[in-house]
Amino acid sequence: MSTNTHAAGAHDHHHDDGHAHSTFSGYMLGFVLSVVLTAIPFWLVMSGTLPSKQITALVIMAFAVVQIVVHMIYFLHMSPKSENGWSMMALIFTIVMVVIALSGSLWVMNHLNSNMMPIHQMSGMK
Amino acid sequence: MSPDLLKLIFGRLGFESLPLHEPIVVGTFAVVALGGAALLGGLTYFRLWGYLWREWFTTVDHKRIGIMYMILGIVMLLRGFADALMMRGQQMLAFGGSEGYLNAHHYDQVFTAHGVIMIFFVAMPLVTGLMNYVVPLQIGARDVSFPFLNNFSFWMTVGGAVLVMASLFIGEFARTGWLAYPPLSNIGYSPDVGVDYYIWALQVAGVGTTLSGINLICTIVKLRCPGMTMMKMPVFTWTSLCTNILIVASFPVLTVVLALLSLDRYVGTNFFTNDFGGSPMMYVNLIWIWGHPEVYILVLPAFGIFSEVTSTFSGKRLFGYTSMVYATVVITILSYLVWLHHFFTMGSGASVNSFFGITTMIISIPTGAKMFNWLFTMYRGRIRYELPMMWTIAFMLTFVVGGMTGVLLAVPPADFVLHNSLFLIAHFHNVIIGGVVFGAFAGINYWFPKAFGFKLDPFWGKMSFWFWVTGFYLAFMPLYVLGLMGVTRRLRVFDDPSLQIWFVIAAIGALFVFIGILSMLMQFAVSLLKREQLKDVTGDPWDARTLEWATSSPPPDYNFAFTPVVHDNDAWWDMKKRGYQRPLTGFRPIHMPSSTGTGVILAGLATAMGFGLIWYIWWLAAVSFVAMLVVGIGHTFNYHRDFDIPAEDVIRTEDARTKLLAGAK
Repeated sequence: MSTNTHAAGAHDHHHDDGHAHSTFSGYMLGFVLSVVLTAIPFWLVMSGTLPSKQITALVIMAFAVVQIVVHMIYFLHMSPKSENGWSMMALIFTIVMVVIALSGSLWVMNHLNSNMMPIHQMSGMK
Repeated sequence: MSPDLLKLIFGRLGFESLPLHEPIVVGTFAVVALGGAALLGGLTYFRLWGYLWREWFTTVDHKRIGIMYMILGIVMLLRGFADALMMRGQQMLAFGGSEGYLNAHHYDQVFTAHGVIMIFFVAMPLVTGLMNYVVPLQIGARDVSFPFLNNFSFWMTVGGAVLVMASLFIGEFARTGWLAYPPLSNIGYSPDVGVDYYIWALQVAGVGTTLSGINLICTIVKLRCPGMTMMKMPVFTWTSLCTNILIVASFPVLTVVLALLSLDRYVGTNFFTNDFGGSPMMYVNLIWIWGHPEVYILVLPAFGIFSEVTSTFSGKRLFGYTSMVYATVVITILSYLVWLHHFFTMGSGASVNSFFGITTMIISIPTGAKMFNWLFTMYRGRIRYELPMMWTIAFMLTFVVGGMTGVLLAVPPADFVLHNSLFLIAHFHNVIIGGVVFGAFAGINYWFPKAFGFKLDPFWGKMSFWFWVTGFYLAFMPLYVLGLMGVTRRLRVFDDPSLQIWFVIAAIGALFVFIGILSMLMQFAVSLLKREQLKDVTGDPWDARTLEWATSSPPPDYNFAFTPVVHDNDAWWDMKKRGYQRPLTGFRPIHMPSSTGTGVILAGLATAMGFGLIWYIWWLAAVSFVAMLVVGIGHTFNYHRDFDIPAEDVIRTEDARTKLLAGAK
């Protein structure tokens, strides 16, 4: 598919389906970026450069988010215009759902913990 | 043979796994075995296997797959309802020292199986079946986007159903309630195969549901006919789109949470255990993040059906189309913001509970808007009280009651009194039966003539209707009363004799519903016999408004000889008003997908793998898994995926219809 999107598009009677064009250099750029974005977190953990584990974890998660964006742009060829904007809409919906599920779960579980502390922790508090 | 070898071959499956000590199960097995043998013998005698395999099992035609989903749903309804009758009987009898006729071990399986079957293998197949059948026709498409995937999804759903049914006769089902909360469902408290049956039945069926969700979203987004913009889509298609978005966004959560539970059970992790940092509450939290959207997955398509039916049988354009669409979208989003109302009492504080209480109450606003839209559609309409419309009116009356008790339960302090009680049971049966089941029946009566070319018999339809509706009220209004008196759910025996009369009334109601179900089966049989009298030659028996009625009943394999062009919301109504003439010439070959048996084989292997995992028959699980990969990869080398229906065949089909139409005038 990647070599000849035009011919395939004409054959399938698609009109302007707004596919981003996939090129060899695009894939290479995405691959290199992914490798770099994976290598840096490894290095951070192995060398212990950052002062605390918590900061390291947060930085790694930030890299993970950037990694997701790289994959979406270079491998999934998503752009605000692709598929007549459906990709973007689906992405926004997904982000909303994930944020609701994650932040909601954290909030709910945190509340449960403070209201229903397990017995062994209660006894530890004496 | 040595015990070790036996264990290697059969896992924990042995003769003692057969429930021979349960006379009720043995009796059921005898009946099922005899009936099954008669059915298989009949199919063999009349040489129907080849026909079934070629025309139905391997088909990729969305219409036939839709019909098979409906058959699956109705068959499983009989099983799920048998469980309901057993529970009603037990609770009616178990008073004044009587233990009833079900022991605790069996009774707990019955109520679990009832819930699981009714949601996953009755409501879901009915809803998916209607969407599968109707959506491509409503948008003027020839099939769904991925026809093979559609066949595969169906058979995965069947695979899950097969596992649940197998648990009745081989081993046992879960005794945990339909959501299998840990720690009860953990290996320490449920060491038997019951919960494993539960897990793998839902995982296998869940794959099918998720894939069919993706398929239908893609179909609706990509395959609409020219002119059908988003805001010109029929409302049923809109609600289907939102339902499938919900499926795709929520079913992965179920898959993951069940996978974590299976890790706890199989390899000894501690996600949901009491000790070692596990949290059973995390399971409850996660499964309701799936579970609440699930109820909207079921009811949104029903709302779509009622919209189509109301506007058709009132002879009017749907009132407030735009508000209907926005209400559906708002419900879609809001359904993700309310899950905690399923566990108000489990330890969250006032701030969390009030947030989720308020979001829950807010959902009633778009739902109420829909209700008013239907009422205003009927207002000054020329209402025809045919069966679909009767179910719709029964829905409107019943669902409002269920919705109001729902808002009542959404108030956290009230929920602290009513949670886990029969009031809750009455509430959710009120919305699921009143909404989803009545919706499915309205849909069946409405689209049956489209699918088979003849209407359903109105007499037996009305019998079914009245027995169902009165039966529903008799069965569940007493449960509201009992719930307010503090009776909790899932009880097997009772002490207080003053409660008995309510359970007797509820049992009578269940019998009424039973007659309703029998009448429905009778309705199918009678309609089949009287099909010449009930015949629909026009393709538009109800004088309806949307595109599926523009083609013949039943539609040809290719749905539409020419892709329709749409200028209005009610596309077919608009075509009729403008004096649309069916094209009679210029037919061309039509490109269609070919049937394939791969879906059946893959789903069969998945079911075998589930069975192996349930019984610790590791070789079976491993072999089926590898075989699935091989068959799946092998299928990618199958290049016979499509064919052309020759122009002569199209001409013959269309000419036959022209003759029929001429005869009808």
